[in-house]
Amino acid sequence: MSTDVTPTPSDYRAMEESTTLAPLERLGSDDMDHELLTLNMGPHHPATHGVLRLLVTLEGEVVRDLKPIIGYVHTGIEKTAEDKSYWKAIPVVERMDYLAYYFNAYAFCGATETLLELEVPPRAQYLRVIHMELNRIMSHLVWLGTSALDLGAMSMFWYCFRDRELILDLFEQSSGARMHTRYIQIGGVAEDIPRGWEAKLREFTSQMPTRADQYNDLLANNEIVLQRLRGVCPLAEEELLKLGVTGPLLRAAGNPWDLRKAQPYSSYDHFDFNIPVGTEGDNWDRFAVRVAEIYESVKIIEQAMDGLPEGRTITDDRKVALPPRHELATSMEALIHHFKLVTEGFRVPPGEVYFPIEGPRGEYGCFVRSDGSSKPARVHMRDPSFVNLQATAPMTEGSYIADLIATLAMLDPVLGGIDR
Amino acid sequence: MPDSVGLELLAQDLAARAGADAVLATVYFRDRATVIVEPYTIVPVLEQLREKGYGALMSVHGVDYYPEEPRLGVHYELLDMNAVDRVTVKLRVTLDNPHVPSVTPNWPTANFQEREIYDMFGVIFDGHPDLRRILMPEDYEGHPQRRDFPVGGEPVLFTIDESEGTAYTQ
Amino acid sequence: MTTTLAAVGYAEEWYIQIVKSVVLFLLAVQIVPVVLLAERKLLGRFQNRYGPNRVGPFGAMQPLADIIKLATKEPFQPSTAIGFLYALAPVISLLTALAAFAILPFGDVANIFGTEVGLYGLDVGIGVLYVFAFGAIAFYGLMLGGWASGSKYSFLGAMRAAAQLISYEVAMGLSLVGVLMMAGTLSLTGIVEQQSGMWYIVPQFVGFLIFITAGFAETNRAPFDLPEADAELVAGYNTEYGGSKFAAYFFAEYVNILVVSGIAVTMFLGGWQLPFIDPPGFVDPFVVLAKIFVFVFLFVWIRATLPRLRYDQLMSFGWKVLLPLATANALVTAIVVVATS
Repeated sequence: MSTDVTPTPSDYRAMEESTTLAPLERLGSDDMDHELLTLNMGPHHPATHGVLRLLVTLEGEVVRDLKPIIGYVHTGIEKTAEDKSYWKAIPVVERMDYLAYYFNAYAFCGATETLLELEVPPRAQYLRVIHMELNRIMSHLVWLGTSALDLGAMSMFWYCFRDRELILDLFEQSSGARMHTRYIQIGGVAEDIPRGWEAKLREFTSQMPTRADQYNDLLANNEIVLQRLRGVCPLAEEELLKLGVTGPLLRAAGNPWDLRKAQPYSSYDHFDFNIPVGTEGDNWDRFAVRVAEIYESVKIIEQAMDGLPEGRTITDDRKVALPPRHELATSMEALIHHFKLVTEGFRVPPGEVYFPIEGPRGEYGCFVRSDGSSKPARVHMRDPSFVNLQATAPMTEGSYIADLIATLAMLDPVLGGIDR
Repeated sequence: MPDSVGLELLAQDLAARAGADAVLATVYFRDRATVIVEPYTIVPVLEQLREKGYGALMSVHGVDYYPEEPRLGVHYELLDMNAVDRVTVKLRVTLDNPHVPSVTPNWPTANFQEREIYDMFGVIFDGHPDLRRILMPEDYEGHPQRRDFPVGGEPVLFTIDESEGTAYTQ
Repeated sequence: MTTTLAAVGYAEEWYIQIVKSVVLFLLAVQIVPVVLLAERKLLGRFQNRYGPNRVGPFGAMQPLADIIKLATKEPFQPSTAIGFLYALAPVISLLTALAAFAILPFGDVANIFGTEVGLYGLDVGIGVLYVFAFGAIAFYGLMLGGWASGSKYSFLGAMRAAAQLISYEVAMGLSLVGVLMMAGTLSLTGIVEQQSGMWYIVPQFVGFLIFITAGFAETNRAPFDLPEADAELVAGYNTEYGGSKFAAYFFAEYVNILVVSGIAVTMFLGGWQLPFIDPPGFVDPFVVLAKIFVFVFLFVWIRATLPRLRYDQLMSFGWKVLLPLATANALVTAIVVVATS
């Protein structure tokens, strides 16, 4: 390979040492009071939310430098997706950010639908919204439980996972799987919701705000939590924008950027909801914004369920969507379409599309390049966890280890999304 | 999105400010505006677009256009948060000379993303503060997202084989 | 009978003392698994789950299974550890915890089969000081263990343990000064007997609150479990410990809970005394145990509810809130005691 400039391991070590400790040497001089300690947090650590490795330079308990090292769960999903036909790539794309599978799937399907210039039926759009908002609540519940655990409030973990279980039951009922449901399909959704699903959903939406109130009472009225979060590790809006941070972290700093409002997709403009924003951009705002988003998501789900239109749940374009099961036995044409779809898949006109949506952690942007064949020539997910992770170091420099853990929890990184 | 006329105006403006040969082409596809630029002008082009309001660099990603030439592409997704407007800037480099000026000093968000492109495609970003592999192991050989890099059959390195060095990648 | 260590209130024959020490040791060994089970069951209930329910009836054999598991594990030691201290540290923790347990009075002198026996290990005249002395030594167990492990997490945990000891030992000691002044004695049995009219929790409520808060810090329990801080320091000072050495630390932690609860019962809740009724002597130990279990429940409740403080917040709380409060409490009590006597 003529262009291979991969550094040898020794070069790598030299580079790593030079970038880690060079600006700190004046602190780490002969002065015993300022002796530095390098601590490898992770990849096996209870609070790194996966296999994140943080190379932390400490002065006492104060963080002086921090380098995230990632790649431990890199599974080459983007490469794998290039080897599968479009609709078979959905399951692998879903597995990137394993707490936001509906968002991954929708970003990919949305990009492909844009390339195909495909209209999605209104009922499918509403069902997508319902499931994505359920997914958002689910993701926020996992975040709330694990970050409370990182603060030491262990019971919250069980409470949040109890409610998450209700959402997973709903997912299981509508799609057959609790996680990685592959419910969102190119052109619509895989299936209509089953009978009884709506009643169960209504039960959930009626009790979720009460539960969220309880969690607020337990955490937001607790003096220790307030002390641990308020004014801790803030970062100004301009800094966040430079670092490309999106989602609740940016909104906590006062920027109301939310793609659901700014560039509505999938009928989000039909619903009446608010965008919670913070003021300071500290950990408390990050916490409060996410908790408030749970209430807003419930509102969206209720409106979508109330206004759920009748009609198809997937496009009637037989080149893209599978024909109904019952037609296979009677219609030759349906059988041909079915055979064509499951063997080769459908062909997509050549072109490149970047399709951004608002996920629980920020902007999920799926880039799809088609070369005209039935397999994508390039799939790339702009994962918010990956981009947001760069903000860890500027946020936490000069704070305590305990605040570093709390900030990391408020950052809510999902390593599956970071490493892809 | 700027419409197709707006895109042409934008491209003319860029050519006037960032150098006459900066803009190679414009593409308007599926209501999405794209400017294709010369690789060496990427920093002034992005700077100009920032002044026009496209201040947020949302995504940087790489593409391999195999078998077309020049093969490697780098895309910059820009966003104007006030006008809610997006524009994509694309550039192409060859395998023989895969050098692109880094935008990390001006847009810190590009740091990890440029490292990922370097890791996956082998595009070298000149001026990047810390250009190392990010997702693949540090001693890995090759750039796995290139289209001519085979899928599958990757041998797994176990502790027992460690003494054989990095031969597992071949 | 005289001793070289300190004057004792009531001393028995030497063979009774040996029997009592064995009985007390067995008692501690028996109560700890009960506390352990109670904690796990209660935590389960607090957290909407069952808790252990597989081993034995209602999961009652779970502690036994835990102990067997821990005892049969491979003794492991990191290559960077300092072997001698690494092995010694859990022993210090366990020893000091049990030694402090010996002083808890479970009842007055009772007549057992014609022999007068004090229902306590030892009734020394320096009572409270004895507890503090062993409490202070107990921290060496944590510090040496954390330091000798040769691990950075353990080291940080050990430093936190040291800081916590300094911050809370003083406030804890001062919080009891009020009780001591009112009782006029350091002997624990003496203090209990002084409370026959009114438990000291009523006049010394501030002291009680300070003592309980400092007691949580003393035992490294939530919300003051910073030396362990599982989310930050993996497991703090005992990160590198496993098997029976870990079991020793674990055991010592629970004995410490019993000791702090027992001291609180003795100092503030009237020990074996009950209001309005005067039960026969053999009931006394059960009264004390019941009161101790009230505190154990409180420990579990707090652990299930509160998040952890930060290192600097813990220090400033100890120095800036608890210490002045304890001092003021002692001062006010002194003035009142002098004025009323």
